Amino acid sequence: MAEHAANAPAPLGGRLLTPVTLVLAVLAAVAGVILLYRFFYGLGAVTNLSDGYPWGIWIAYDVVIGSALACGGYAMALLVYIFNRGEYHPLVRPALLASLFGYTLAGASVIFDLGRWWNVWHIFWPGYAQVNSVMFEVAVCITAYIVVMWIEFAPTFFEKFGMRDARRKLSRVLFVFVALGVLLPSMHQSSLGSLLVIFGRQIHPLWQSGWLLPLMYLMTAVLLGFAVVIFESTLASTAFRRSMEADLLARLTRLMVWLLAAYLVVRVADLVVRGALDNAFAFTIEAVMFWLEMAAFVLPLVLLGTQAARRDPSKRFIGAVALMAGGMLLRINGFLVGYQTGDGWHYFPALPELLVTVGLIAFEVLAYIVFVRTLPVLPREAAPAK
Amino acid sequence: MDRRKFFRSSLAAGAAALAAGAAAHARENKSVPPQALGLLYDSTLCVGCKACVAACKQANDMPPEFSTQERYWDTPLDLSGKTLNVIKVYRNGTGRRKDEPENGYAFIKKSCMHCVDPSCVSACPVSAMHKDPLTGVVRYDKNACIGCRYCVAACPFGVPRFTYDSALPQISKCQLCSHRWKDGGYAACAEVCPTGATLYGTLVDLKKEAARRRAAKPGTPMVYPRGRLGGPDQDYPGVAARYVDHLYGETEFGGTQMVLLAGVPFEKLGYPDLPPRSDAASSEGLQHALYGGLVMPIAFLGVLSFVARRTVKVDDEQENRHG
Repeated sequence: MAEHAANAPAPLGGRLLTPVTLVLAVLAAVAGVILLYRFFYGLGAVTNLSDGYPWGIWIAYDVVIGSALACGGYAMALLVYIFNRGEYHPLVRPALLASLFGYTLAGASVIFDLGRWWNVWHIFWPGYAQVNSVMFEVAVCITAYIVVMWIEFAPTFFEKFGMRDARRKLSRVLFVFVALGVLLPSMHQSSLGSLLVIFGRQIHPLWQSGWLLPLMYLMTAVLLGFAVVIFESTLASTAFRRSMEADLLARLTRLMVWLLAAYLVVRVADLVVRGALDNAFAFTIEAVMFWLEMAAFVLPLVLLGTQAARRDPSKRFIGAVALMAGGMLLRINGFLVGYQTGDGWHYFPALPELLVTVGLIAFEVLAYIVFVRTLPVLPREAAPAK
Repeated sequence: MDRRKFFRSSLAAGAAALAAGAAAHARENKSVPPQALGLLYDSTLCVGCKACVAACKQANDMPPEFSTQERYWDTPLDLSGKTLNVIKVYRNGTGRRKDEPENGYAFIKKSCMHCVDPSCVSACPVSAMHKDPLTGVVRYDKNACIGCRYCVAACPFGVPRFTYDSALPQISKCQLCSHRWKDGGYAACAEVCPTGATLYGTLVDLKKEAARRRAAKPGTPMVYPRGRLGGPDQDYPGVAARYVDHLYGETEFGGTQMVLLAGVPFEKLGYPDLPPRSDAASSEGLQHALYGGLVMPIAFLGVLSFVARRTVKVDDEQENRHG
């Protein structure tokens, strides 16, 4: 397939210091200052966490959603290497890069939330490690996946620095890391859902799906992966003024819509079988959030039902954004809105708490820009775009 | 083609999930430890003096907590990073009659239930929560703890608490005064209770005592023990109370080692309605079904490697040829 050669990845080049990168850097720096404060004065000094809501957006967004949004690399690897859809190959490397940052930051941000962070190595240490804990499985698999992704991404560095020998050696065993790169996210993305099982009745019936939680969180993680690839490809094409992989994205969208339909069948069937659907028709904040979540999941299905619609970049983009919103809402609802451990507890993130999350996202986008401008990540254009 | 493959894989995933669901029920509730120790709290005997709250603070060297303008004395309103045991009050209507749900009031103790199959122990990724295999006391080891607060979130009784305002935070929870055993002491709350509302002993004895109280006709003479069952005689004569027909902690959540009696339904006293199956059993059952012996992950990795070996190689050759 000659298209691979034509689309071989190359650095974008261009200026690193722009108004956009400057704003991103400032936001990241603000988060850094707040975190410094947090390490001296405790979590309570910058967050609205309480014993009724021991987990806030630093877990629900930064880790649970952050890692799910970073599933582009996983979803594309699944498609290209496991389902042998070689034609999607140009999408793999950019997706992998976004995943690399998403996961590395999700993993690193856990440290900010851990009260006794200096003991974090206990998770991996025999004698301390508690293998029955869902958290143990999540932590070990996420850490392992971050390492695997850096190895998967290493050829890009090798190319940049002309290390042909290292690249050749790695490429011989790369398939093992590709396989691990599919196995590990399958494990921990499903387990992020399993985290909720032990909360039992503290999770509202609309989100306490018991043993189906891992399946639902896994399906939506793959969905979010596809949605993010579409989202990022569209943004990258606009921001860096590149032509779009239009045909590929349309076909990817079709897959995404089918998987989305399958997910909705599982989700609704579970609610019906458990008799939990009644709760959706009560006048509560949970019901409102449930319908928002469902609307976000159903919208792409309606919007992208036809082939013509899937070829329309703006519809595709809106569909992808809606799906991302749906996946985020499922997780926010499961971990925060639907969590109630007793009467009288309330939670809404504090401003510094929000600023840390915003700063983290800013840092991620900034790093992505720097990487694609300096390293061979995005497919080379046939003709210079600018 | 795409569609068929996707259907096939979703079917496979669905089948795996179903199998996991079925196998997840394989993990039973844990059973009561052979020398299980615990507390019996009888709301009808409690006079709300809070001697137990003060004694608990002293025995565990915990700081006072203030909820009034004048900071004269310890006035905790709930469990917290500074308070391991608290007495709360239920009030309804005129609040005149003790232990009546209507126009009445009742006291209630909140402290660790020392569950037979505790969520906190199952949730903790670093073994910082540990259930003693003999006595069943659930202890916390701050030197192991990473401060993730999964235990805080998991406990259905809202027991483990966290010190959010500290740079060196930790979890706080009742450990049944196990540090006082070596000096012949026992749970300070039971030791100081003037009416025997909080009683310390083996779970077997405590349940016998609860059964004796429930069997008595309300209003008839009744002798109540104080302090520790099987300890020095501190009995005193009283009158049998009227209880709701429920020994809380007998079946809830696979059982707890603090059990409670009351004249007011437990939901009104802030004790949740819980199923007999522990959440730890559900959670661990699911994990074992998916990851037991690492069989499924290794098999899955094998399949993935087999497939990836072909696809990744092809891919690489192409790049080498053209690049």
